[in-house]
Amino acid sequence: MSELPLEAVLFMFLLVVGIVVGRLRNLFGAAMLTGIFSFLSAGLFTLLTAVDVAFTEAAVGAGISTVLFLATLALTDDTERPSERSWLAIGVVSVTGLALFFGTFDMPSFGDPEAPIHKGVGQHYLMHSWDEIGLPNVVTSVLASYRGYDTFGELAVVFTAGIGVLLLLRSKSAVMGAKAKPIPARSRAPYVREMPIVRAVAKVMLPFIMLFALYVQAHGDFGPGGGFQAGVVFAAAFILYGLVWGPRAVQRIAPERLLEGGMAFGLLLYGGVGVAALFAGGTFLDYSAFTPDHPSHGQHWGIFLVELGVGITVSAVMLVIYFVFTARPRPRLPKKRGPLAPPRLTAVPELPVDHSKERPAP
Amino acid sequence: MTLATHWHYWVVIALMMTGLHIVIARRNYVKKLMGLSIFQVSVIMLYVTMGKVEGGTAPVYVMKGEGHDAVPNLEIAYSNPVPHVLMLTAIVVGIATMALGLALVVRIKESYGSVEDDVVIEKDRAEEEALES
Repeated sequence: MSELPLEAVLFMFLLVVGIVVGRLRNLFGAAMLTGIFSFLSAGLFTLLTAVDVAFTEAAVGAGISTVLFLATLALTDDTERPSERSWLAIGVVSVTGLALFFGTFDMPSFGDPEAPIHKGVGQHYLMHSWDEIGLPNVVTSVLASYRGYDTFGELAVVFTAGIGVLLLLRSKSAVMGAKAKPIPARSRAPYVREMPIVRAVAKVMLPFIMLFALYVQAHGDFGPGGGFQAGVVFAAAFILYGLVWGPRAVQRIAPERLLEGGMAFGLLLYGGVGVAALFAGGTFLDYSAFTPDHPSHGQHWGIFLVELGVGITVSAVMLVIYFVFTARPRPRLPKKRGPLAPPRLTAVPELPVDHSKERPAP
Repeated sequence: MTLATHWHYWVVIALMMTGLHIVIARRNYVKKLMGLSIFQVSVIMLYVTMGKVEGGTAPVYVMKGEGHDAVPNLEIAYSNPVPHVLMLTAIVVGIATMALGLALVVRIKESYGSVEDDVVIEKDRAEEEALES
């Protein structure tokens, strides 16, 4: 139990951060703290040997969700109005907490190998997945093959949520047709664009982040990683580019039509592999049917393809969500100037910018 | 059942209640969603603590042997992979649904001019009364 002190410290940090998020009225600060909360919990997941979960939490919680919170705050208010202390809420929370606390009395000890949870399918997957699937990472075997049907459903939920955000926030002009230009929120970009250090660091980091995403996508069979993580990391690279050079710059490389196609294509690829298994004579998503003489080869191909589908849909959905949030015109902008006019930067002193190097190389 | 064997669950429950309290007690919708994300991470952590096996390593096989003859070492303990699988997809689904919630908050701000619970309810009530009279 050498990790015990570290676990205790991380749990304590989590509690403190959680309480501060509740009390802080500056919502920008609170949004950054939720990012820290995610990072700390990712560390804890690693200690609890859930490496795949930790990976996902670090990429999603510390990367994407912080950006989404900040984008929302830019469109709404950044300070919370003070609310009076509600004893009812404290009472409800205390009663619920106590009930759950009593519930744990019947739970097996932490880490007990004889606990009922380890007696079911989990044991089977650990003991037989090498013969049946042939991948070192059991999590990937379970995710993409044993419980491939579940994962298909989860991916459909991600896709549906992406469609929902599009329906709610896509501006009217973009719906009218391709001719009407989407309203870019370049208003937020100039501040960053004038910071040479951020630009230089982002430029160096970007190719490595993308390469890493591809590695995670391809290497998920052998180590922590897979389509979900790779998709999020890949989207994070584009979002970083957008944060530094403005969303319009990203839209030049990844136009919205392509992304919307990608959202559907990934899901269809996943489902298509399942249907192909039907035609090959197996059941839905039974990849062994592809190569009856050598089932684990079929499994490898099937898992590779569905993970690819997962990666494409997840990264496309994340990017589409980012775009619609940043393209939404700010409600507080005076109507006269119109949403397309860049905001005045009078409050910011003019920095000596080398305009010859202003444009990033295409 | 002692502190040494169960404290993980208790800290996770405390975390969960922190999130739940933010969801019920705060009036600001963005803050409520932040509380919801804390609550979500705590629930995920509860599942992950249940999947842990004493002395077990991550559910990625430690291999014996070289090259094509390598076989997994099944003598050592591995954590249960099932909670990990369910939770990692839950995280990604969680961020997608969170984005949906934030999109709703943005729309509420545009129609009501505020994201505070009481202001929105007040405006709804005033509108209803205006319709009735």
